[in-house]
Amino acid sequence: MGGLLSYFRGLFGSREMRILILGLDGAGKTTILYRLQVGEVVTTIPTIGFNVEQVQYKNLKFQVWDLGGQTSIRPYWRCYYSNTDAIIYVVDSADKERIGISKDELFHMLREEELQDAVLVVLANKQDMAGCMSVAEVHQALGLEALKNRTFQIFKTSATKGEGLDQAMDWLANALQNKK
Amino acid sequence: MSSFKRDKKEEEDGGGNPFQNIEKTTVLQEARLFNENIINAKKCTHILTKILYLLNQGEQLGATEATEVFFAMTKLFQSKDVILRRMVYLGIKELSSIADDVIIVTSSLTKDMTGKEDLYRAAAIRALCSITDATMLQAIERYMKQAIVDKNPAVSSAALVSSLHMTKMASDVIKRWVNEAQEAVNSENIMVQFHALGVLYHIRKSDRLAVTKLVARLTRMSLKSPYAVCMLVRIAAKLLEEEETGNDSPLFEFIESCLRHKSEMVIYEAAHAIVNLRRTTSRELAPAISVLQLFCGSPKPTLRFAAVRTLNQVAINHPTAVTACNLDLENLITDSNRSIATLAITTLLKTGAESSVDRLMKQIATFVSEISDEFKVVVVQAIRALALKFPRKHSVLMNFLSAMLRDEGGLEYKASIADTIITIIEDNAEAKETGLAHLCEFIEDCEHTSLAVRILHLLGKEGPRTKQPSRYIRFIYNRVILENPTVRAAAVSAMAQFGALCPDLLENIQVLLARCQMDSDDEVRDRAAYYSNILKQQDKTLYNNYILDPLQISIPSLERCLREYILTNTEEPFDIKSVPLAALPTEEEKQINNQKSDGMLITTGPVKPIPVSREENYSEKLSTIPALQQLGPLFKSSDIVELTESETEYVVCCIKHCYTRHLVLQFDCVNTLNDQLLENVRVQLDPSEGYKIVNEIPCPKLPYNEMGTAYVVLQFPEDLPNTVGTFGAVLKFVVKDCDPNTGLPDTDEGYDDEYMLEDLEVVLGDQIQRVNKVNWGAAWEEAGNNFVEMEDTYSLSSMGTLEEAVKNIIQFLGLQPAERTDKVPEGKTTHTLLLAGLFRGGFEILVRSKLALADGITMQLTVRSTDTDVAELITSAVG
Repeated sequence: MGGLLSYFRGLFGSREMRILILGLDGAGKTTILYRLQVGEVVTTIPTIGFNVEQVQYKNLKFQVWDLGGQTSIRPYWRCYYSNTDAIIYVVDSADKERIGISKDELFHMLREEELQDAVLVVLANKQDMAGCMSVAEVHQALGLEALKNRTFQIFKTSATKGEGLDQAMDWLANALQNKK
Repeated sequence: MSSFKRDKKEEEDGGGNPFQNIEKTTVLQEARLFNENIINAKKCTHILTKILYLLNQGEQLGATEATEVFFAMTKLFQSKDVILRRMVYLGIKELSSIADDVIIVTSSLTKDMTGKEDLYRAAAIRALCSITDATMLQAIERYMKQAIVDKNPAVSSAALVSSLHMTKMASDVIKRWVNEAQEAVNSENIMVQFHALGVLYHIRKSDRLAVTKLVARLTRMSLKSPYAVCMLVRIAAKLLEEEETGNDSPLFEFIESCLRHKSEMVIYEAAHAIVNLRRTTSRELAPAISVLQLFCGSPKPTLRFAAVRTLNQVAINHPTAVTACNLDLENLITDSNRSIATLAITTLLKTGAESSVDRLMKQIATFVSEISDEFKVVVVQAIRALALKFPRKHSVLMNFLSAMLRDEGGLEYKASIADTIITIIEDNAEAKETGLAHLCEFIEDCEHTSLAVRILHLLGKEGPRTKQPSRYIRFIYNRVILENPTVRAAAVSAMAQFGALCPDLLENIQVLLARCQMDSDDEVRDRAAYYSNILKQQDKTLYNNYILDPLQISIPSLERCLREYILTNTEEPFDIKSVPLAALPTEEEKQINNQKSDGMLITTGPVKPIPVSREENYSEKLSTIPALQQLGPLFKSSDIVELTESETEYVVCCIKHCYTRHLVLQFDCVNTLNDQLLENVRVQLDPSEGYKIVNEIPCPKLPYNEMGTAYVVLQFPEDLPNTVGTFGAVLKFVVKDCDPNTGLPDTDEGYDDEYMLEDLEVVLGDQIQRVNKVNWGAAWEEAGNNFVEMEDTYSLSSMGTLEEAVKNIIQFLGLQPAERTDKVPEGKTTHTLLLAGLFRGGFEILVRSKLALADGITMQLTVRSTDTDVAELITSAVG
């Protein structure tokens, strides 16, 4: 039965991948989600809880969960870890003060058993802002060089301008298909 | 068609409820399916249904279980299945109060309520409001305001109703939505209009002026929704009740105009409002009654029911108006709807004549077994009213009641029958023996412990005084053999009463009590041993104090005193005399209670707290004042005495608190001048001879329209006759003129002023607490040996009837009438009034007053008391 099902899925080439978008509050997670889904910038308010949408990229279907980043919501992230194929971790490149907190949250999350096989994409967002950190600076500030045994990549993006998202999604789509 | 459907459904139910055998743990296990990557909407909907079913069956989920299910459920938001999503909303609402961290779905629900899918929006609003608390409400306020004025009526209604629910926790936020609600009142949709009015009224209900304006505006604009009009009628009626003006106001005109509305619902509501207004004249009543009369003949059962129920409710207050509908009510007796028939008959019973009682009772008997308990209670209440009205019919009614007692029925129903029989027994001596016999028969097979205990208590009280007390012993002792410990203990107490009052039965009772000492239950054995030992002494005094008269002190006070006693760590034994006596319900209170039960269907309101005596209430307040703490326990507090007219500049009331040696006068003052602030408010007393002012506690500040309290503590004179007297009183204070708007004084300097008060009288009754002697005769006899006796004869020329004399004597002496001697049988020219009480300091008083009517009233007053001075005081005070 299972074999038959995967056969059909293979035929349509669209097993739905489960992706989490995480990051501190105000990093731009909800904006990225809707940019990916409808291709536009929507006005957002702080997410209390989560948004979940289906996103089609090329011929791949993603089920994308955007979880709120406020301190009070972060403890609930772990309720949504299971069966996750990929994590998009969004960082506000202009927020130098809180990059340390962002790093702690990231590593705290990556230690979770349920996320051991998940692919990681880090988005250094808000690159359009003046005086923001460069990709290399973000890479270093997050201590990503310490990551081992993890498929991951960092991209510079600007969700409001729509820059960099396509490259990131291309890479992610490839990484996920290779993993299969 | 509909009945066919129902039948079919019942058949299916008979075939097995698909949810019958589901179990909580299994369902929770299944709920893990929600976490799957790909949602099977059908399966998940089914599981959610099971969860909801369980919750609605009363199954309890722990916080952890509920939270786990809740978070699993949030995963279902990824599915686009409409039915599943709507089930999720229901699940959120059910679990919102049990699970933790439910705010996690806030964003998702906010999106759904503002989204394009109309099927989601209303339900999402309801779910959202159930997970939102006062702090989170700010975040969704903007969306709620939009939703209230949404074009979609379902969305608007959902937002309005949810707002109404949330006024309980965040009324100040909801108040800001008044403009939106206002706009929604103008909606074309009847439900939206109704709900909007509800919200508007709730927002403004504490502000009378605003409500009046709202009603005035809405009555002019003629609302489209009949539901809204009904609500408006209710609001208007409430305003009318609160207003002191007559019924010629525009509000009444509006309600009356609704009698001609095109919707039946509105017509009924208006008629209901008019007949229930406290001050309606018969002229105003007539159109409302004729509307109800018309409804009695309606082919719609709901209308007939509503009409006859309303008539039933007001039958006591407006008998003549209801009698006008008798013909229509007669037609309803045979109505196929039993509820309507019951109400019709009981209404007729309430208003009917003695001659029709037999016929109506026969009619009820034909279908009493077919109606529900609730309506049987209505019938019983009607019978009670009838028995009090026509005492001569007691045998018919009693037979009927006993037949009802034998039928199946719940506790409330049986209790109301027993209550009625007890009331009849108490009211009508002729009915006593038959009544007791019926009750005896009833407890032979009574499954309600509380009821059995009450009846046993009554048998113990009344049985020994019947012609043949021995016949009740068998019924009582049967209980000892057959029943549970609570009933057995009550039976032991009842038997002891017989032992104490019927010397010829004493020997047998002792044998029975000896057997009871072998009982397996502690309480039963204890009681048996206690009574058996007292009865062995053959001492009348002991009987009276420890068997016949129950403990008279108020239980909450006893609890408080004992708690204090334990805390004080003293060597002295506890003095039960220091506990205030239980206040006895006054005649008026009793009447209010009676009236309440005369009402229709019993609405079981919140459970009343144990009545705390007035003394207990005051005592708590007084004990917070340091200067009053050394005075000992409070003995008695008087009723409120007004020392000013109610419409004057300053309103002063006095309550007299009597302690063992001191009198504390509590002056409650209200300043009704809005341009004055009073300071250092006190009452200067001119006490009568012998009284000494010990202390004065002024009220430091008395702003406009607030109540302030000043106290004066006096010591009672040593000579008892001097304790009765008249005090002159003057209110003294410092006035500071102030700004009426802010209440702040203009200057710091004020001037002295005073205000004459009416004289304050300290009377005998202030120093006497009423005591209920169950067995007055025995106490009197016993008092003959060791009490002081005084006797005098008076002529009470100012009184014309025995009832008046009895009422005045009771009030003047402040004693409790015993053995129901406060009721004067009709047509008698002589009467004996028996009274009992306790004088401050713990002196017992028994008074027998023989009255004779002949050109005015002659009274022979005999006082027996433990104290000579007290007895003398009473005899002298009467003169």
